[in-house]
Amino acid sequence: MSDQPNTPAPEQPGVEQTRIGVDSWVAESEDRQARTRGFFGPAARGWDASPDSVKLFLFIAVAGTLPFWMNAGDLFIYGLFTVLYATLGLGLNVVVGFAGLLDLGYVAYFGIGAYGYALVSSDHYGIHWPTLAALPALTAFTGLVGLLLGFTSRRLVGDYFAIVTLFFLQAFLVFTNTANPDIAGVGLTGGSSGIGNLDPLKFFGYALTSVKQQYYFFLAVLVLATAGLYFANRSRTGRAWRALREDPLAAEVMSIPVNRLKRLAIVMGAALAGLCGGIFAAIQTAVTSSNFTLNVLIFIFAVVILGGLGSIAGPILGAIVINVSFQFLQPQNDHPDIKRWLFYGAIVLFVALMKPWYRAVVVLGGTLAFGFAVHAIVSATAATSWTGGAVTDTGHASVGKAIADWVVIPNQTLHGGFDTYAYIGLVVLVCVVRSTSGWWRSLILIPTLYMTAVVWETVLAPSPAVTAEILFGVLLIVIMTARPQGLIGTARVEIV
Amino acid sequence: MHPLLFSIIDNIRSLGWGGAFQLLRNGLVLGSLYALIALGYTMIYGILKLLNFAHGDVYMVGAFLGYGILTRLNGPLNLAIGIVPAIALMFAVAMAGSGVLGVAIERFAYRPLRNAPRIAPLITAIGVSFFLENSVQLLTNGYQYTYNPFELGKTGTEELGPLYHTVFSVAGNPVTTVQLFVVGAALLLMAALVLLVSRTKFGKSMRATAFDREAASMMGIDTDRVIAITFFIASMLAGAAGVMFGLYLGVTYYFMGFLAGLKAFTAAVIGGIGSIPGAMLGGLIIGLVESFAIGYVGGQWSDIVIFGLFILFMLFRPRGLLGSRAIQKV
Repeated sequence: MSDQPNTPAPEQPGVEQTRIGVDSWVAESEDRQARTRGFFGPAARGWDASPDSVKLFLFIAVAGTLPFWMNAGDLFIYGLFTVLYATLGLGLNVVVGFAGLLDLGYVAYFGIGAYGYALVSSDHYGIHWPTLAALPALTAFTGLVGLLLGFTSRRLVGDYFAIVTLFFLQAFLVFTNTANPDIAGVGLTGGSSGIGNLDPLKFFGYALTSVKQQYYFFLAVLVLATAGLYFANRSRTGRAWRALREDPLAAEVMSIPVNRLKRLAIVMGAALAGLCGGIFAAIQTAVTSSNFTLNVLIFIFAVVILGGLGSIAGPILGAIVINVSFQFLQPQNDHPDIKRWLFYGAIVLFVALMKPWYRAVVVLGGTLAFGFAVHAIVSATAATSWTGGAVTDTGHASVGKAIADWVVIPNQTLHGGFDTYAYIGLVVLVCVVRSTSGWWRSLILIPTLYMTAVVWETVLAPSPAVTAEILFGVLLIVIMTARPQGLIGTARVEIV
Repeated sequence: MHPLLFSIIDNIRSLGWGGAFQLLRNGLVLGSLYALIALGYTMIYGILKLLNFAHGDVYMVGAFLGYGILTRLNGPLNLAIGIVPAIALMFAVAMAGSGVLGVAIERFAYRPLRNAPRIAPLITAIGVSFFLENSVQLLTNGYQYTYNPFELGKTGTEELGPLYHTVFSVAGNPVTTVQLFVVGAALLLMAALVLLVSRTKFGKSMRATAFDREAASMMGIDTDRVIAITFFIASMLAGAAGVMFGLYLGVTYYFMGFLAGLKAFTAAVIGGIGSIPGAMLGGLIIGLVESFAIGYVGGQWSDIVIFGLFILFMLFRPRGLLGSRAIQKV
């Protein structure tokens, strides 16, 4: 690390950075005061004052009511999946957030757990272990796999570990999907079609078959994992992990067993992922390797990073925000207009957070006026095909009409290359906005926001699944460069 | 003995010397592509100690830029200009475009995190890679696009275009123009890079920045500029590799950068990360191993063989073949 100079990075407006040479209590005092003022002040004070156990019980109380007012389908995609991603996020947080190791093979443990459950609880080999034996065995087995991979981490600092684990994930995918070796006359992993007809979770002769039962079971697992990690984080081991994350070399000098702690973190994360995999497989009643791709990995990373690396509540909050918005973007769960409200709502919120307030007003008003002006110019000078494109999936016809009068949507079949140029243009504009400041930035923000709307209506909204993946990539970049502590983590303050 | 071993021996017997030559030839061509990408990894790692996950995707974007130029020139069958200027134009645009993309990535994703904890730029790099991959998927609808290189510049009744003419044969196994071209162009680019790094003043400031950024900036070297130019050169090489891949194997698709990047990084590590000759050597080794694994073991196992090789190197010689022993300074 010696080659990293200690000079502070040039101050960038609007970018919260690690502040060097300031005591954390002093640095955060303004934020603390601001939190207890204003309309939500009392609520924020009460939240800060209540002990962590109360917060957890509040979460359980709210989460426990979901099955009473959601139908089974909604409960499955909004409830169960959120709990799944929260649990997976907690496990990843142990490795990435506590110990500071970039584990990119995390989804492979999840997959090993799922495939393990499929092998010991289905007709594939005719083995039917009781759930109470299968889940602990899987958890132990994935932990062991993590341990084996962790042995390589002794030599591997940082990036090497990341690439070894990423390669491990790739090898796992190839192994399950393509290689599929014959064992006892049957392909071990069932190739691309996977393994189906898995046994449901069954405890003492009582099978969990309805979504409601499965949700409560998974919620219990999440609560137990949260509590366990809460105590682990506050224990001596947890403090040692933080020391290791901040500076491995200094930690080693302080006689902290660095390698053993790294392995412990990897094993704990892997075991939790394996357990999730087993439960996930039982709930889905099938496993295929498409459930464990890089996309899932990025999803879990987005969950952990949005919530805040190293915090316990972070992954849960991240899972709620990301899973719910992700499910809204899915084409099969389409609610009329909701994508559009989310999108324009996010833009307005983004602008409204600008300081001072009149700048936000200027930018919003300017964007509206700019849009109408561009639309008027284009429809007056160019062929009608340039504004003749259809607005996709409108709930209310009036909303679609208003959008079509404001955003330039060319006819896709006549102007095929438009989407590519608009998209690249938007990326360039965003880069320009990033490198300007002050009123110039606000000025360039106006066409940028309008361009965002154009690209959204012409390119992004018609293919929401890929849009979600793009947004995850952007989220990782934006959070790491602008707010590395995530939503509820605390900013790092280096004391020199 | 395991049935897989039997099948390997069977394959070696049935393919014979001719088959072995084909595998060697394919491995060399593939290896020079990996070497070009690996050079970028090694340069960026050397100067920033950052594993640039997005590098494989820059290579993919390069391949698409080449494809875009090819279609703007009316496609491979009725090129608007001659085949040599057309290929030169494809290379020029792809290299310039990828280079600019690399500089933009460095400027907006990595530079704000220059002094952040090590894990932050790594996560950003994954984000950039994912962003590029999915943006291209969005704009290409996830389709594969083919260069149709065997038709490139084809005239009249010819069966194959000039790129697929046989230059010479070894025991009845043809070596085509495009294969020679890929290996030759890769060697040329590598030679230019070695000269740049070892002989020019810029190369000297690059080496100084890689050695110790703080000291280099105290000596009056604009390290930010040096890093940006390094990204430009590294991404340029990746873009060139992308066009070569398109001309050699024909297809380009949004996901091609992921595996190629992973293998090229393996190549850089096996050769010794931070070492330029090491990246070339590692690239050739990975290309040959992959080609022979496909021929003798089976295509579905080749990735797993490379992964195994990588793990072995990590366990027993983490500094690679030509790398210097890393000493952690306090």
